[in-house]
Amino acid sequence: MRLLTHNMLACNIKGVTNGYPLRLEAEKWVEKEVDFNADFLRGVFPKIDWPALVGAARALGFHDLLPVDAPDPSVLASDDELLRRFHRALLQLHVEEGGLVCPETSRRFPINKGIPNMLLHEDEV
Amino acid sequence: MPRPEFQAPPEIFYNDSEARKYTTSSRIIEIQVVFPLFHLFSERALELLNLPNDGVPRLLLDIGCGSGISGETLSENEHHWIGFDISQSMLDVALEREVDGDLLLADMGQGLGLRPGVIDGAISISAIQWLCNADKSSHEPIARLKAFFGSLYRCLTRGSRAVLQLYSDNASQSEMIMKAAMRAGFAGGVVVDFPHSTRARKTYLVLTCGSSSMQTSLPKGKGEDRESCSDDDDDERDVDGKQTVGIYDRHRPTKRMKITKKGKGKAWVIKKKNQMRNKGYSVPPDTKYTARKRKACF
Repeated sequence: MRLLTHNMLACNIKGVTNGYPLRLEAEKWVEKEVDFNADFLRGVFPKIDWPALVGAARALGFHDLLPVDAPDPSVLASDDELLRRFHRALLQLHVEEGGLVCPETSRRFPINKGIPNMLLHEDEV
Repeated sequence: MPRPEFQAPPEIFYNDSEARKYTTSSRIIEIQVVFPLFHLFSERALELLNLPNDGVPRLLLDIGCGSGISGETLSENEHHWIGFDISQSMLDVALEREVDGDLLLADMGQGLGLRPGVIDGAISISAIQWLCNADKSSHEPIARLKAFFGSLYRCLTRGSRAVLQLYSDNASQSEMIMKAAMRAGFAGGVVVDFPHSTRARKTYLVLTCGSSSMQTSLPKGKGEDRESCSDDDDDERDVDGKQTVGIYDRHRPTKRMKITKKGKGKAWVIKKKNQMRNKGYSVPPDTKYTARKRKACF
């Protein structure tokens, strides 16, 4: 699971109002090379929840990869170095084993072989 | 072969051996049939998504991604995608095939669990019809369809599309699916490719999210002009104009025998009796009572 997907995922247990962001517990992660595409990054940037992305990168041990405050889109357009780091955090880091924890209910969704198990129990639907 | 929906729930039907059938090279028929079929479906679905043709990759969903054959088409077009499937075995095969998208083990009938307004489009190949089955006592197809379409509507950006290819079992089932889509707020309709052929016929549900003025017209199905069939065409225009979810194929009433109030008349009965006589049947003689209406108080 890439951090891009983590950024989009929210807890959908019935009755949960504050199910975002899911806390990332990474036991194992890998880095895979992905083609750099600045247009995609600029297009997806407004949809990214920046604090959640920074938090997820920290959970993998990257404390200084991204600035804490969300950069301005105009800065992102001009700063190639920042764009590349954004690319690395968003698309190249894959969580292989670990879990996602709902901030409200503390329900843990395990991640096995890079696939988060988001199946809900019957009483959670 | 009976339809898989009738045999077992998806997470059980697509067990390891069945999942393997979908992708391994051991069976030539799978390569010759399933592969091109899924590629065809997903290519057409991507075409129907009508993404802006600017070469910028988008973030798409593949609902019921299975072993990732449909996702590969998205990757070929350089889009990023997130795949949902309920079957762990199918996802394992997808892992082996090293698909580029991210995979999630999830039940679409429980809702998609994504943040609102982040996805640029969604495709689904032969998956939605599974929602119409109640495989467990707690399953209610209508509630599950509602949860699915509701969450799909929320996570899509305004003006984006969802293209769902479906094998619907009967008219009432596809009507149920479309009602659920309409209630969730989608506009759109059904595109049928090759409506006059039973084998090549493909049904795609094309749903538009939000009232976008740019993408109002429903795309035309392929192969519709091959045979003229005025009924179908009229109906289709209707769907086009109104922008609502509707069914337009195979819904004209069956032909009934024309019976006037008076009945068929004496001349017709005598003609028929003569025909039967000529064939050698024994037919009662024609009298003044022939083809006369019985009194009400018989």
